[in-house]
Amino acid sequence: MTPPLLEVDHLTIRFGGLVAVNDVSFAAQDRKITAVIGPNGAGKTTVFNCLTGFYKPTVGRMRLRHPATGREYLLERMEGFRIAAQARVARTFQNIRLFPKMTVLENLVVAQHNRLMRASGYTLLGLFGFSGYRKAEHAAIERARYWLERTELVDRADDAAESLPYGGQRRLEIARAMCTEPVMLCLDEPAAGLNPRESEALNSLLRFIRDEHKIGILLIEHDMSVVMEISDHIVVLDYGRKIADGTPAEIRSDPAVIRAYLGEPEEAA
Amino acid sequence: MNATARPLDVPAMVKEAALTAFVVLMLTVILVGFELRDVPGAMALYTRIPDVVACVALAFAARIALVLLREGYRGAVIVGAAIVGLLLLIGLLPETLFGTEAAARTARRFMPFEAPVVQWCLFSVTVFLGLRAAIGRRRVRVAEIKEREAAADRMGARVQSIARYAGPILGFAAVAMPVAFRNDQQVMSVAILVMTYIMLGWGLNIVVGLAGLLDLGYVAFYAVGAYTFALLATTPDIQLSFWLSLPLAGLLAALVGVLLGFPVLRLRGDYLAIVTLGFGEIIRVVIQNWYGFTNGANGISGIPRPTLFGLSWDEEAAEGQIPFHKWVSDNLFPIDYTPTHEKIYLYYIILALALIVNWFALRARQMPIGRAWEALREDEIACRSLGINPTNTKLTAFGVGAMFGGFAGAFFSTSQGFVSPESFVFIESAIILAIVVLGGFGSQLGVVLAALLLIGLPEAFREVKDFRMLAFGLAMVGIMLWRPAGLLAHREPTVRLKPAAAGKAK
Repeated sequence: MTPPLLEVDHLTIRFGGLVAVNDVSFAAQDRKITAVIGPNGAGKTTVFNCLTGFYKPTVGRMRLRHPATGREYLLERMEGFRIAAQARVARTFQNIRLFPKMTVLENLVVAQHNRLMRASGYTLLGLFGFSGYRKAEHAAIERARYWLERTELVDRADDAAESLPYGGQRRLEIARAMCTEPVMLCLDEPAAGLNPRESEALNSLLRFIRDEHKIGILLIEHDMSVVMEISDHIVVLDYGRKIADGTPAEIRSDPAVIRAYLGEPEEAA
Repeated sequence: MNATARPLDVPAMVKEAALTAFVVLMLTVILVGFELRDVPGAMALYTRIPDVVACVALAFAARIALVLLREGYRGAVIVGAAIVGLLLLIGLLPETLFGTEAAARTARRFMPFEAPVVQWCLFSVTVFLGLRAAIGRRRVRVAEIKEREAAADRMGARVQSIARYAGPILGFAAVAMPVAFRNDQQVMSVAILVMTYIMLGWGLNIVVGLAGLLDLGYVAFYAVGAYTFALLATTPDIQLSFWLSLPLAGLLAALVGVLLGFPVLRLRGDYLAIVTLGFGEIIRVVIQNWYGFTNGANGISGIPRPTLFGLSWDEEAAEGQIPFHKWVSDNLFPIDYTPTHEKIYLYYIILALALIVNWFALRARQMPIGRAWEALREDEIACRSLGINPTNTKLTAFGVGAMFGGFAGAFFSTSQGFVSPESFVFIESAIILAIVVLGGFGSQLGVVLAALLLIGLPEAFREVKDFRMLAFGLAMVGIMLWRPAGLLAHREPTVRLKPAAAGKAK
């Protein structure tokens, strides 16, 4: 079996006296969708923030392995922006964080900042109109167009991001994350606030990303219809601890999960 | 017209106008009513009761006119405005109307206020009221702020779309202007001043408008540039020329900017503003007290003027130099010496510098760094999640802005020939920031307009001496009332998927 894309070992995060995440270990495979679920306050987003460098873990190790090169990155030792730039972990946010006044297309071009920065000779060459930068910008726009077509936002490309409807903003955030060409995509509740039709479209978009772009997806989700349908693997957290880990079918019948979600059964034999 | 008017509630109207008049009285009784004059040996307090009376009466009349306008009595307002306007015109242009000197003097005696600028302002307000009565809607609707901002944005968009034509035209006008005013040293001085502020505004616009870093101490970099050149040029063993010092001044200012930026750029918004404000003051206080190096509050004088390929602008040049007018007379065509030549030359230098800043700002917006600046302004956390290094990105904005401030500072010290800490007080930072804010964040043309308004207006009001800063204040209040987002607040996308319909060839 190939080594996992992401390995989280004994992750613990304390905020003062509060233990938000307690000794959680799990693995996420490449080209698979791994969902992290759990009731409110279970510590899902905290795990995410740790993976993407917004928090530093108190204890634990997070090892990311690039499948193509075999290079390994220890995420707990990296600065936030380096996790995105070098380890190539992209994420979206629970409460959408776009660049509201910039256009949809600009949002996607900004996501390709580091590549364009090198192409423009750190601005100096680009400033004087060297052709290398123009080519790179053209390529960036083409990549943006590709994702706009995937997310059905092509018609709105030149509108301000804030003018998009809610579902469009969610899709744009995923497109923006994909424009960084990640090896792992972390989605924080991508289906929140979507209607059934939109979440169906989201499912197929995520499957497309997994199958065509061959990357691993890590997903936090409340919407069980999304989780059960598209996940290859599910990790369940409750009160900061991992209570279950398995395929959707296993999770569905796991007594600990049922207890966490539905409460203790009445008929205590 | 009166058919649409509502019955007039005269006591209410008088009451409203009286209230306005009272407020004006309170404001003017001290500001306008008393004047402290320097008579030999002592200070003397003079009163200017007629001016106060004129202010109050005019405010009363104007308020009545506004009420009449609101209630639909347009005819009355037109007639009133016409009468007042005519009377003012008689006072304003007595020579052309009466011909005789004596009659003109009599007419002038009845005019309120002394300064013609103020009288012309009165006249234009009257004309404005009259015109509004003649063509205006019956009731003045107070628009919602949001609506008004949308309207301002639409206007900004329209201006931006004509800016591609207006820009070159304005640029050409700026280049051609000295030809029209080649004999007017006063106008050239003001033009240099305005152009300096335009350049500073464009420089600060990169920091505040694009990157969203509120910098209240921009004048510090201006000071660093100015003192760099002043010291390099006047220290006996160095004596670098302006053209060699200019890049050094910019580099040093950028260095100072980066050094300051490194610890403070993790702060945001108000906190950053406070720290930069403090930094601006620190630089000034250091300059003021480091007597051995900067000559303290006495400043540095005798800073050389820039030369044109070694040609000097003096009437009689020092040894080894040829005066410009002599060289031209010998080699091209005969011209006389005039001090305006030097002003024109300085004007072209600052124009070129300002255009470089403008070019950079417009170009940088199309670069990844410019987009990253804007993205950082919008959402720093999202930037981090996309792999953009926030510290470096902010530092470049800060450093580039500081560099342009340094260039402007070096120019300031060469054009004045003298620098002292007094030129770099906080109010300068505030004015530059006001130019950026009033122009509309990130709008290049807006900065030009705001600089003309904020620097040009007080210059035009120079004959009203003490009150000229009031014109500054009035302009600020006016813009805050009618264009809270700035004169030309509109953001044009830096890149489009589909070329815009308006024939944007690419």
